[in-house]
Formats: sequence, structure tokens, C-alpha cells
Amino acid sequence: MLQTAERGASKSKKAPHKKYLEAFRIMLQTRVFEEKLASLYRGGMITGGVYLGKGQEAVSVACGLFLQKGDVFAPLIRDQAGRSAFGEPLLDVARTYLGSRQGPMRGRDGNIHRGCPKAGQLAMISHLGAMISVVVGKLLAKRMKGEKGFVGLTTIGEGGMQTGATHEGMNIAAVERVPLVVVATNNHYAYSTPNDRQFGCADLVDRAKGYGYEGSSVDGTDLAACLEVISAAVKRARAGRPPQLVVASTLRLAGHGEHDDASYVTDDIRREPFAQDALQRTEQFILEQELMDREALQQMRVEIAAEVDEAVATAQQEDTPVGSEEDWCAISTRELADQIP
Amino acid sequence: MSVTYLEAIREAQTYLLREDKRVFIYGQDIAGKFGGAFKATKGLAEQFPGRVLNTPISEDAMVGTAIGAAMEGMRPIVEMQFADFSSIALNQILNNAGTQYWRTQVPCPITIRLPSGGTKGSGPFHSQSMEGIYSHYPGLVVLTPATVEDAYTMLIDAVAIDDPVIYCEHKYLYYHLKADALPKDRLPIGKARVVRPGRDLSIVTNSAMVHEALAVAQQFSADGIEIEVVDLRSVKPLDTDTVLASVARTGRLLCVGEAFPWGGVTAEVIARVTTEGFHLLDAAPARINAKDTPIPYHPNLWSEHRPNAKTIAAKVRQVLAE
Ligand SMILES: Cc1ncc(C[n+]2csc(CCOP(=O)(O)OP(=O)(O)O)c2C)c(N)n1
Ligand SMILES: [Mg+2]
Repeated sequence: MLQTAERGASKSKKAPHKKYLEAFRIMLQTRVFEEKLASLYRGGMITGGVYLGKGQEAVSVACGLFLQKGDVFAPLIRDQAGRSAFGEPLLDVARTYLGSRQGPMRGRDGNIHRGCPKAGQLAMISHLGAMISVVVGKLLAKRMKGEKGFVGLTTIGEGGMQTGATHEGMNIAAVERVPLVVVATNNHYAYSTPNDRQFGCADLVDRAKGYGYEGSSVDGTDLAACLEVISAAVKRARAGRPPQLVVASTLRLAGHGEHDDASYVTDDIRREPFAQDALQRTEQFILEQELMDREALQQMRVEIAAEVDEAVATAQQEDTPVGSEEDWCAISTRELADQIP
Repeated sequence: MSVTYLEAIREAQTYLLREDKRVFIYGQDIAGKFGGAFKATKGLAEQFPGRVLNTPISEDAMVGTAIGAAMEGMRPIVEMQFADFSSIALNQILNNAGTQYWRTQVPCPITIRLPSGGTKGSGPFHSQSMEGIYSHYPGLVVLTPATVEDAYTMLIDAVAIDDPVIYCEHKYLYYHLKADALPKDRLPIGKARVVRPGRDLSIVTNSAMVHEALAVAQQFSADGIEIEVVDLRSVKPLDTDTVLASVARTGRLLCVGEAFPWGGVTAEVIARVTTEGFHLLDAAPARINAKDTPIPYHPNLWSEHRPNAKTIAAKVRQVLAE
């Protein structure tokens, strides 16, 4: 993953964070991959929705980058970058979106509803807030089993922050004192709904105190800041501090899903500082600071395009699931399956 | 020595905590000296430190946490204070626990204990029988033990099952049912039991209604009418074979359930018998459930809301008269 980033890196210039270029590469890969998914969607090649993390790559990548084996990651719909940083292969994503029977969900679930719990990445259900307590349970069990040094990280939007499940989950994490990091991204829209119809408090990070969390805020368009703030939160949780709430500010730079033209996003909000494109900002910084030259950057793009094309082409060639061969049994204890006449 | 239904539940949990390090109990007010709203865990927190844990009043998060722990290899038992409050956790139970194995191939062995059913004076929010709702959704096993022996063995079996189990324990039976001792044998999960043999009509029922049905059967026996009573024990999976065998013997079917009348267990049993065993029936099958209103508080209303010996007997006469 690091090859071009390292090759292109100027020896004399120092990146603002040791994982800066690694993170940038994943962000760029995410953008290219998601553009590919969007184009497949427009071409009618994808059944169901496509949800992009455009504008949120910096926060998301930082969510995955500081987790290790044994940690728990429960990403949501805008976390392609975080999932890749955590180690999810692009092929898993392509297979899930394209309904390959070889994918982790084997056509039983699609798009962003995917994961590999055995590798630590939970498969989200749609119901917002429902994954927080599941992470708490994983962490509680790890502690009961005597494991040490693990953390759990889950993400949520400013809309999802308003469900009862989120409240219960955040509270129970503090009661159980598990090493949890909740990264909430306020991208200023929950589907079509702006902040003023979503919450009444001045700033979502103020809730940290109420839950007994340590809170921090971060500009979600600034990669260095995201890496700094989220790695520090992960480190604190790992060290046994109370659960951590990080609130990032961004603008969703795509529709809610690719079916949505986002015409409700106002011109005013597009001029806000949080509306900057994190990826563009990072790239500009890299060039200005000569962390990479244009040639190396171009080379990186070519490599990434090849990786994306390969993942998609592989998944496209694979068989899709067949109803007559499906095992229509929802429980693992087969002898207890109800035999409906 | 004698054991109540409630004590059997406590004994089963004692056994589980002692024998299986993966087991822990998670619920409201269950720890400390208090030992739960119904005392189903009394003494267990002291006996098994760190494994009987009080939770905040957060049914959704209690179940979510249990799901996560189960996926990580533990065997959590969640105690709902009342079955009725499990509605708050419906999403976790149906959409997270119920879909987990099918979606990810990671089993989700949680057991959720639901203190269920009516007792007088408990009203609309402390009396519900929710087995029908849970059975409707894929991915769950739903049990309704009706005897002290089943309360004990089925809870132990529930925890051993690799899938989410909804264990509906009837609050009326807690103190009213006694057995001489804990059972030595067990009938496997998924098997119904003929609790009284008969030849004239089959009553198929579950949970506390088994005992109402037995009382009615006793009454008819005095007049030479022999009613067979089938205790379903497990609602999902439903033991259609045992039900059909009973109907084959009697030719007549009455289903009795304490839950609300729309859909549910009684409707499911009748659907199966009419589709699979239409030829076995000498009369149209019948069913009797609670009324289609919230469960009333006042004993005078409550005793009329649920099926009782009188209303069950009237239905029996009706089916026999056909
Ligand atoms: C409990 C629940 N209600 C409704 C939805 C439908 N829904 C999916 S995403 C979404 C908006 C979420 O907004 P936010 O949490 O801000 O996340 P974002 O999409 O902005 O990343 C809604 C309403 C849902 N998934 N879950
Ligand atoms: Mg949002």
C-alpha cells in the first residue's frame, strides 16, 4: 500500500503526521473506487443503493488507521476509507456491491451492510445507533476473557446521534468502562435534514461530559488534524481512560446515496470552511510542501486505478447467488430449524 | 423438598454459571442482595462475582451488548424485568441478533429471559405474552416452558444453543407451580409433549394455558369425554408432527393461547393442521385467545380478558357439537 507514497516522498520534507501519506493514499483510493462504484450504479450494474463517503475520507481513514489486530471496528455508510485502512480488501467491497456469491455477504446482504466480524469488522445493520452497544459487548467479553490492550471504535453521523439506541449504547459503554471511541461526523445533513431539525444543543461534543466521556472536536477537512485527534483518542481509550467522543465537522459532498441529487444543500453552506474537500486539501498540501511531486502523484493514481479496475473486473466475472442453491436456514442449529409445511 | 418454577429458573442459572465459564447474566436489578424483580437471580451475584451484572435501564443496549459478547464467544443470559419491556429491544433482537448468523456466519448464542404473561392487577404493561411476535421473525428460537421441570432443563438447553433464544417464563407459574425435585431427564428442545392423553378432542396450547387446559380436561373426564392436551413447549421450532399425531387420534382441535388473538401461535398451529392434516379433522378447528384489547388491570376484567376454564370449556363443547 505504501509503495508509491514512500517512493514519491521527498527526503527533506517532513509530513505533519507519520501516517499522513499512507492515509492520503487510502483516501485517494477510496475516492477513485467510489467514483467507479457511482459509475457502475449509473450504468445499472449495481442492484440497490450506493453510498459514498465523499468529503469524509480524512475522518474515516483516521478511524481505521490506528486500530490493530484484536480491536473492534464498527463502521457505517461513509467509511470506505476507514474500512480500507482497517484492512478490508477492495475485492470484498466490489463483491458485495456486485452481488458475487464469493463475497463476504454472498448476496445475502449488499453495499455498505458488510463486514467480517471474525477479523474485527462488524457488519452494520441499517438501524442507526444499533452497533454501538454491540461493540460494547465485544469489548466487555474481551475483558472477561482476559484480553488486554484492545479498543473498539465506531462511527456515527449527526443524525444517527439522535436515536435512542445511540444514547443507550453510549451510556452503557461508560457504565461498563470499556475502551470505546465514538467518532461522530457532523456532515451537516442527515439525508435531507439539516442540523437545526436534528439537535438543539450548541455542539454535539458537549454531550461528552453528560455521558462521562472525554470529548474532542476536529476539522474533518484537515487530514493532519484528523490523524492527530483520532489517534490520540484511540490511544487514550487503549490506556484505560474513559470512552472517547470525537466530533468532526465536514459537508457531505455527495448525495445521501447515488440516487439523491442533494438539491436541498444550500449555496451558503457550500461556502462554509467545513465544506472544503478534504482530499483536495490534502493533495494541495502535499504538493505545496513537496511531500510528493506531481509525477509521483500521477504514478499513484495510475496504480490505484489499476487496483480498482482489477477488483471490479474480478467481482464482475464471479457467479451471483442462485435461489435454488441457497441454504434457506437462518439459524446455525440446523436441527432446530422450523419445518414450515 | 419441593422446587417452584421460579426456583427451577434460579437453579438452572446456578448450574450454568457453575458449569460454563462463558455464561454471565445481564439485567436490571439482578445483582447484589436484591436478586431481581422476581428474585430469579437471588444470591447468584455473591456466589459468582463479576458474572451477574446490573445494567442501566437500557433494554436496547442490554441486548446489543449481549450480542457483541456472544459474537466474542460468551453465553450471555439477558433478564428483561418484564417481557413487555423487551419491545424497547425489539430492534436488537429481530434485526441484529436474528440476522447475524445468516448474514455473517457468526453465531449469536444469547438467551433472553422474558417474565411473561398475566397475573391479576398487573395491567397492560406488565402482562404480555410476546412469543408470537418473536416467532414471526427468522433467526430466533422461542421457548415457553409450562412446568417446573421444563423451566429447568429448557433454560439449560437454551444457553447451549448456538442461536438467539427467547425464553418466555410465565410469571403466574413462578410461585404456583411446584415439583418434588429438579428433573433428571429432559425432553429435547423442539419436541412437544402430550401431557394428558385423550380420544375426543385435542387442546394444543403452551405456557400457563397448559394448566387451564388440564383443568378443563379433568372436568370433561367426569362426563366421560377424554380431552388430549398437548404442551407445545417450544413455539419455534413448532413440533407439527406431535400436533398432527394428536389430531389423528382425536379428530378435533382446539388451540388455546394467552396472547392477543390476531395471528400468533394458535393461528399458526391451525394453519399447519389444516394444510397438512385436513383429512384428519372431523370438525372445523377452533382457537381461543385473549381479547383484542390491551390487558386490563382489574381482576374482574383480567380474568375475562384471557382464556379461562369457563371460556375454554364452552369452546370445547362447541367443537364437540360439530
Ligand atoms: C433508525 C433509523 N432510522 C432511519 C434510517 C434511514 N436513514 C439512513 S441514513 C439516514 C441519515 C443519516 O444521517 P447521519 O446520521 O447524519 O449520517 P450521514 O448519512 O450524514 O453520514 C437515515 C435517515 C436508518 N438507517 N435508521
Ligand atoms: Mg449527517
